[in-house]
Formats: sequence, C-alpha cells, structure tokens
Amino acid sequence: MRRMPRTVAAAGIAVLAASTALAATAAGGTARARAKPIRIGIVSFLSGPAASPFGIPARNGATVLIRALNRGALPKPYNKIGIGGRKIQAIYLDENGSPDQNVANYRRLVQEKKVDLVIGYISSEDCLAVGPVADQLKQFTVFFDCGTSQLFSKPMPYVFRTAGDQSTDAIAAARYVLALKGKVKSIAGINQNYAWGQDNWNTFSAAMKKLDPGVQIKDALFPNLFAGQYSAEISKLLADRPDVIYSSFWGGDLDSLLQQGLPRGLAKSSTLVLTAADTALPELGKNFPSGVVVGARGPHGSLAPKSNPLNRWLVAAYRAKYHTAPVYPVWHMAQAILGVKAAYERAMVKDHTKVPTQAQWMAALKGLTFRTPSGTIAMTRSGGHQAAEGSAYGVSAGFNPKTGEVSLTKVRTYSAACVDAPKSMSVSAWIASGFKGARCP
Amino acid sequence: MSRARLPAAVALAGAFCAWWFVVPAWIGFLTTVALAKGLAILGVALLLRAGLVSFGQGLFFCSGAYAAGFAIKEWGVHDALALIGLGLAAGIGVALLTGLLVARYRELFFAMLTLAFSMMLYGILVKEYATTGGSQGMTVSPVTLLGHGLGGGRAQYFFTLACVALVVLLAHRFVHSPLGQLARALRDNEIRAGYLGASVQRTVLATFVVAGGMAGLGGALEGISVGHVDPTLSYWTQSGEFVFVALLAGTGSVVAPFVGSVAFEIGRSYALTWFPDQWQIVLGVVLLGFVLFLPGGLWSAWEAAATRTRSFARRRLQPQPAVGDGG
Amino acid sequence: MSTVTIILIDGLVTASSLFLLSAGLSVVFGVLRILNLAHGSLFALGAFAGAILSIDYLKWGRFPQGSFVVLALSALALGAVAGPLIERGLLRWIYGREQVLQLLATYALFLILEGLQQALWGGQAYSPWVPYSLLGQMTIGGILYPRYDLLLFGVAAGAGILLWLLLNRSRFGRLVVAATHDPEMSRAMGIDLSRVYTVTFAIGTALAALGGAFWAPTITVLPGFAVDTTVVAFAVVVIGGLGSIGGAALGAVIVGVAQAAAVQWAPNLELFVIYVVMTLVLLVRPQGLFARAAVRRI
Repeated sequence: MRRMPRTVAAAGIAVLAASTALAATAAGGTARARAKPIRIGIVSFLSGPAASPFGIPARNGATVLIRALNRGALPKPYNKIGIGGRKIQAIYLDENGSPDQNVANYRRLVQEKKVDLVIGYISSEDCLAVGPVADQLKQFTVFFDCGTSQLFSKPMPYVFRTAGDQSTDAIAAARYVLALKGKVKSIAGINQNYAWGQDNWNTFSAAMKKLDPGVQIKDALFPNLFAGQYSAEISKLLADRPDVIYSSFWGGDLDSLLQQGLPRGLAKSSTLVLTAADTALPELGKNFPSGVVVGARGPHGSLAPKSNPLNRWLVAAYRAKYHTAPVYPVWHMAQAILGVKAAYERAMVKDHTKVPTQAQWMAALKGLTFRTPSGTIAMTRSGGHQAAEGSAYGVSAGFNPKTGEVSLTKVRTYSAACVDAPKSMSVSAWIASGFKGARCP
Repeated sequence: MSRARLPAAVALAGAFCAWWFVVPAWIGFLTTVALAKGLAILGVALLLRAGLVSFGQGLFFCSGAYAAGFAIKEWGVHDALALIGLGLAAGIGVALLTGLLVARYRELFFAMLTLAFSMMLYGILVKEYATTGGSQGMTVSPVTLLGHGLGGGRAQYFFTLACVALVVLLAHRFVHSPLGQLARALRDNEIRAGYLGASVQRTVLATFVVAGGMAGLGGALEGISVGHVDPTLSYWTQSGEFVFVALLAGTGSVVAPFVGSVAFEIGRSYALTWFPDQWQIVLGVVLLGFVLFLPGGLWSAWEAAATRTRSFARRRLQPQPAVGDGG
Repeated sequence: MSTVTIILIDGLVTASSLFLLSAGLSVVFGVLRILNLAHGSLFALGAFAGAILSIDYLKWGRFPQGSFVVLALSALALGAVAGPLIERGLLRWIYGREQVLQLLATYALFLILEGLQQALWGGQAYSPWVPYSLLGQMTIGGILYPRYDLLLFGVAAGAGILLWLLLNRSRFGRLVVAATHDPEMSRAMGIDLSRVYTVTFAIGTALAALGGAFWAPTITVLPGFAVDTTVVAFAVVVIGGLGSIGGAALGAVIVGVAQAAAVQWAPNLELFVIYVVMTLVLLVRPQGLFARAAVRRI
C-alpha cells in the first residue's frame, strides 16, 4: 500500500527532471549551470591531537585561497574567478576519528551533501581506508597531504594525490645528510607505527645502505601514533648514540618528542633529521636547537622558493588573515586546490564546454603540469594520478629575533628527477638498482 | 515462537526491508553497520540476562572482523559466506579460550577481565604492523556472494538483514531453551541454582561462548560492509558502546538490541554534526538516567506500557469477576 | 650504561605516576566498594588543571619554581571540589545497588567527564614543558635524565607515605577502617558514614589529580589522552590487591618496569605486557599480591 504513491511520485519527478534537462540544454541553461557554485568537501583534522599544528592550518589555507579565488584575486595564471568562473563553496569535515568512522563520514559527505569533489585527508590510515570507497561511490577525490607510498599499490581511477609521497622526502634526506656530513657511521629511526612511519624508515634505511654501504643501523623504533610519551625511546637513543636519527614524526607527536628529548641532549648526541619539522619551528621558536636537519615534506613553508610570485602571495595573504606564518600543510592544500582549478579550466578548453563533467575534469588532471607556490608540479606518477614533486632540506641555525622565525642555512632543493622513482619502477626496485636514471646536480 | 509474537516479528522484518528503500543511501549504510553491531549487542544482552556485564564484546567483534581481513589477505578467500563463517568460528574460539579464565569470576572482576582481554587484542593488533597493518588496519574487499559483488550497498544490506534474522531466530530458541532459562536463574541467585543441580560454570561458559560467536559473526559482517577493519574495534570504549545500547534497549526481547543499535548509530551521526563537542556529555547523562531510573531499558518501558494497555483493555471489555474468583 | 639500568629508571618514573593514579582507585574501592571507571578521567582533569594553571602562572614571569607548587595546589583543589561533587551528586545514589549498575553509572560518569574535556578544551593542546626542564638534567651512567623525574618520584613517595599515615595512624584512619569492616555497626556507634565516604572519595580524586598534574609537564595534554589509564590503573590494582596501598605501589613498579622492559627488548609487546602480568597474577593469586583472601558471603 505504501509503494503506490511512491511510484506516482517517482514518475512525476522523472517527468520534471526530463523537462528541466531539456530546458537546461537550451541557451541560458548553461549560464544557470555555470553560475551554480562548485561544492568541494574539505576534510582535515579539526579536533584532536593533529588539529592545531596541522589540520587547522590546512583548513585556514583553504579558507584564504577560496576567498581569494572567489574574488579573482590570485596572480596569473589563476586569476579567473573561482574554478572556471564558478564560485567555490567549501564544506568542511573533521577527520578526527578511526579510519572506519572516516569511511562512514566520507560516505555521508558524498551521498548527503552531494559534493562535486572531495579534497582531504592528512593521515595515511584514512587515505588507505577512504580510497577504495571513493572508487566504489565513483566520487572524484583528491588526497592533499597523506604520504604513504602504499596508496597506489592498486590503481584507483577516482583518486588523485597532488603532493609527493614520503619516498621523495626519505631519499632526499639520505642524499642531504651524506652531502652534509660526508660519511655516516650509524643511523637510527624513531617513526610512528603506521604506514607513514614504516614506509619512511624503510625507504630511508634502504637509500642510506645503497649510498653509504658501510652504515650500521642501530635502532628502529616505532611508538604508536599519538602516543605522546617517549622517555623510554629517548633513553634508548641516548644510550646507543647513533650518528643520525631519522624521524618522520609530525604535528603534536613531534612537538612532544622534541620537548622531551631536547632537554636531555637528544640533538647533541646525534644529528636529528626531521622530515616534517616545519610545523615545529613556530611552536618551539627560540627553543628550537640549531644543527637539526629540517624538512617540510617538500619545498614548502620555510623551504619554499621565496622568489615564486604565487608563494609570496600565499604567505602574505595567510599572514594578513591569521597573523602567523603558514606551515607546510597550507602549501599542500594550495597544490590541491590550484591543481583542480587548472585541470577544470584546461578541460573547458580541451573539451569545448563551459561545464566539464566529472570524467572530463579527472581526465584533465591526469598527467597535468601546473604551477604552485612550491614550484611546478607534474602529475606523472602512478598512471597520472600521483604528483611528482621534489624535496628540500636545510639546517636550523638559531632564532632570528628580527624575523621572529628560526633561520635555516645550507638549504638544498632536490628536483623530482633526482629523488622520485621513475614511472616504470617501484620505489624499492629503484633504490635496489642504484637510483637508475636519477638526474642529480 | 509464540503465536502472539509472530505477526509482530513479521511486521518488523517487513519494516526493515522497506527501510532501505525509504531512507537515503548513507543512512542505509549506517543501518547495515548498526545491524552488524547489533549482533555483538545481543551478546551483551544475553550476558546481562545472566547477571553478567561484559565490557569486552569488542574482543570477539574485532576477532571476527580481522578473521575476515586475514582470510582475504592471506588465503584469498572472497566469498561472503565463508568470511562470516570464519568470523563466527573466530568469535567462538576466542570466547572458549578466554571464557575458561573469565567465567570463573563474577560481577566486577568478570567485567574488568573482559575489558582487559579486549585491550590485550588491541595492543597486539596495533603493534604487529607487519602482519596486521597496525593501527591502520586491513582492507576487507573485494567480497562476493555467489558471484555478486558486495560492500556497502543494497546487496550488503539485505545479506546482513538475512544473517541477523537467522541469528535472532536462533537466539529466541536459545533464550527459551533449558540452558537459556537457567542463565536467567543465575541472575537471581547463582548458589541456589547450583544447589538445585545445575552446572553454573557450564551455563556461564555456554552463554559467554554464544555471545562471543554472535559478536564474531557481527564483526565479520561489519568488516565486509565498511570494507575495512582496524584495531579500535577492540578498544574498550567500543565495548562500552555495546553495553550502552544493550542497556538502552533492555534485555526483554531479542529484537530490541537491533532497533536500539540502528537508533543509536543514526542518532550519533546527526548529533555529531549538530553538537560534536557536547555529544559525549549527552550520552553520559542519558546513560545515567537509564541506570538510575530505568535499568530495564527502553524495551521494558515499552513492554510495561503495552501490558498496561492490554490489561486495561481486557478489564474494560470483560465483565467484572464475581467475588471469590481469586482474580 | 646497561639496558637494565635504563629499564629500572624509566620504569620507576612511570611507576610514580601510576602509583598516584592507582592508589586513589584502590582506596576508593576498599572503602566505598565501587570501582570508578571514570578514575582515569580524574587523572586527565588533574593534568588539564595543572597544565593550564602552571602555564598561566609562568606568564607572570617571576619565581618559575613556584610552578611546582601550582601543580600540586591545582590537583588538591580539584580533589577538594570535584571529589565531593561527584560523591554527593552521583555515587551516593548507587550505594548498595547491584555492582553491575554501579559499574554502568561510573561508565556514564566517564563519558560525561571525557565529554567535558572535549567541550571545554576541544582542539586545544597544552604543553606545560617549562617545569619539566626547570630543574636541569642529571647524568646517570652517561645518559642525561631530567631532575624532574626525581621530583615526580618524590611526590609519589611522599603522597604514599602521607596516605599510609592517614589511614593507619590518624583518627580519621580508624574511622575509615571501622566503616569498611562493618558499616552498620559503625553507624550504630555514631560515625557519620556519609562524611567518611565523601572525604575518602575526595582523597582518591586528589591523588589521581596529583598524578595527572605532575605527569602533564612530560606530555602534551589534550582531550582524550587518558582514556585507557583507568584500565591500566585497574591492572595495577589487581596485581597489587584491591584496597591495599602497598599493593598499589608494588603493582605500579611491576607494571612500570614491565612496560619499560618491553620498549627496550620487545617493542611489539609494549601495550600487551601489562595485561599478561595481570592475568598471570590472577591465575596464581587472584586476590592480588598483598591482599588477604576474602570469604564470599551467601
């Protein structure tokens, strides 16, 4: 009894939809569609341990960019309003919660809020869980930050990543530390116990063994993500005194590691190599020690190319609104938003349409080269879905009271050709081959 | 099944079937997951009936989920029936192992031991990155049922519903069986039941294993629906959630845990969007209210209201009994 | 510097905080016969109070050493305020009810207190690290350890001694013993039981808060960081024996050292080892290492 009125209603809706579609294809219909905003779901840590060092700066970066884009206030080539003339409407979602909860929230974001695109996900666990669901729901999704190299172990047609993965940073770190110190006798690692930390250590230790065959591995420690307390691990590292300690710790965990380790001389007994230290520089400020190898997950933050006009614009705009220097998640967010904008506008030209479909949009992003505040990004890895990005490192040299920032010396940038595995090889195979085909200065 | 209950049961089953077509897809997905969790909650309810609080149903739920994950990863098993069978077996196996120790205790120690065991599994899963994927968990896909692809959609919903219906029927039989009745007696006075000749230890262990098996089955179903399992399924707060819903739903009916679970999942999803920072406080206050004023759960209130209405109607419609009828 | 020495030192540092946490739980259970599932949340609230107040105090700029006093006072204040509030507002209504219901009531309290942290400080992290490095470092066997660890150990030991004196050498202690052994008779003798219960719970809360406040400088405090501390506290108390202070101390040392050993020798077992020890103790000596076996009343 309950089904009949639904059938009538369904038929009525179908008729209405058909007539609307007919009307829409007529002239003026595209103007209406073009005026419709592009809805982007943006997922980042808005609560919990990763929020204040990471997730909230990322969201702030999105806010700054989207507001400016909607006014057409960005420098060329991004001066068109919004995305292809359509204003951007952002819907923010909190990433805090287990991967299972993130899957449920993602489904709700896509099915209830009906977004055109999802940009998000900082934690590698969440990316690995959400990726297959994006394909299942056929939803165009761009991961802007998570770094696990396991992401594209199986191809995912609806998923893209506009930032480099951890292998870039790990290999660049190995090259940098050898260039800095000449020869390294022993290394140790303290990384978080999940894909991000494990991948990082595997890549770094393999690269070091290849580039410096006599190096000894003393410790490989993997405390849990968000554990917060590392005194026992620090004791072990202080006792074993490796030459180099490699850590991909990020956000609040990095802050805790430094707060607990620095007073005990962790930076003095070993050279610390921190691939994601950019966010800790403003947190610790004066108390950030010198002689630490600092990374920003790529040429971002304090290591971004200062002469790049997009970079200058981004830093000024972020500072003006939030009165603090932006950190590297902001660059990652910029890469994602500008990347999809460039892809959409390219699809408009290539497919001769004012409103590209999702398929056309994704096809345009695949293999695309576009300019960002960090430099040029080319989506050439993993079948056109993964960005090839370089990396950069510097050594901390004390707090500069005039700029209010920690200054970095001996800054070196590594191009993608030097530190990214070529299209045809996996990272481990490439390292085993001795970095075949790498073009390094 | 009693005659009076049959039409109600059929109506409920019909409602659940129609539900999928009436609600938006994301609520349908939540319902699938809620039904799977409902199996673990039913286990809690059965134990509550026997006077035992288990804060460790997450242990079996997680074991079942990871059994499915391992089967796909290590043995290439993709059939849904095989996976849930493995989940059931995992639940039963782990329950037997832990039950041998845990069933010796009651009340407080029983509750805290089950909690500790579930945290043990959590600890192992989180640290063993190489085999279990650590805190990032394992993917549980692709899964097929007789050739048809499953995972998050309509097919999965009805598959879960069918499994749940089967378990509900079996649970109903269990509750009315001699073993089930004995469990109820243990709640009142265990020592007296022992003096009457019943094997207290065996009854407790049996109920524990039944609850564990159900949870294991539910875990495998949940893993297939979400396509992913992670160690938080064994964290003690997950078990706490099961207890919360079991208490809310009450132990009066084998169907109540599922209705309660669906209401809880959907309610939580909305509450998290409306007041994400205050949600836990609301949850705590509601639970407190139930503990203090309505320990039989919502179902008992519903039943009480239904009984009052029925007896009121009966008295109104029938002539007054003569004095001496012993009414 | 041998690994064993590292394990012992790291273990004792953890044990100090664990003891403060568990002694409160043990005492509350011994007297009120309620296992407070929300006890870990009191530890967390103590950490927040200590962190926020010490950071505020240090903004003043003078006598940074006063931050230690601030940590202690904030914990005691929390105990004096939150303790009676919870005991009068909630626990009093569940005395004598089924243990199952009591457990569920304290679980509800856990949800409320965790929710409170999220509501008040969601998204905020506090890192009160100045007290941690204020006392400088000391060298033990070639490794630097912060002198703060000594302070933490001192606070735990001091609190333990004070607690023992209170329960065994003071008038209040005798009231507590009487109330525990025979509540009816005590009431008949004119002892105000409800006051004894309130004060005992306040003491338990203050101990947990003290543990949290002095643990805060070693970590970053944010909502939800102590969700599994109640479980660990329970393991410690089970190992040592419910209701025994000496048991809580011994249990804390065993658990702390076991965890430190796991980090050094078998990192994969770090989270698991506590419960293994607890299960072993339960198998061999179910009443715990210190307590005497109780007779079950029909």
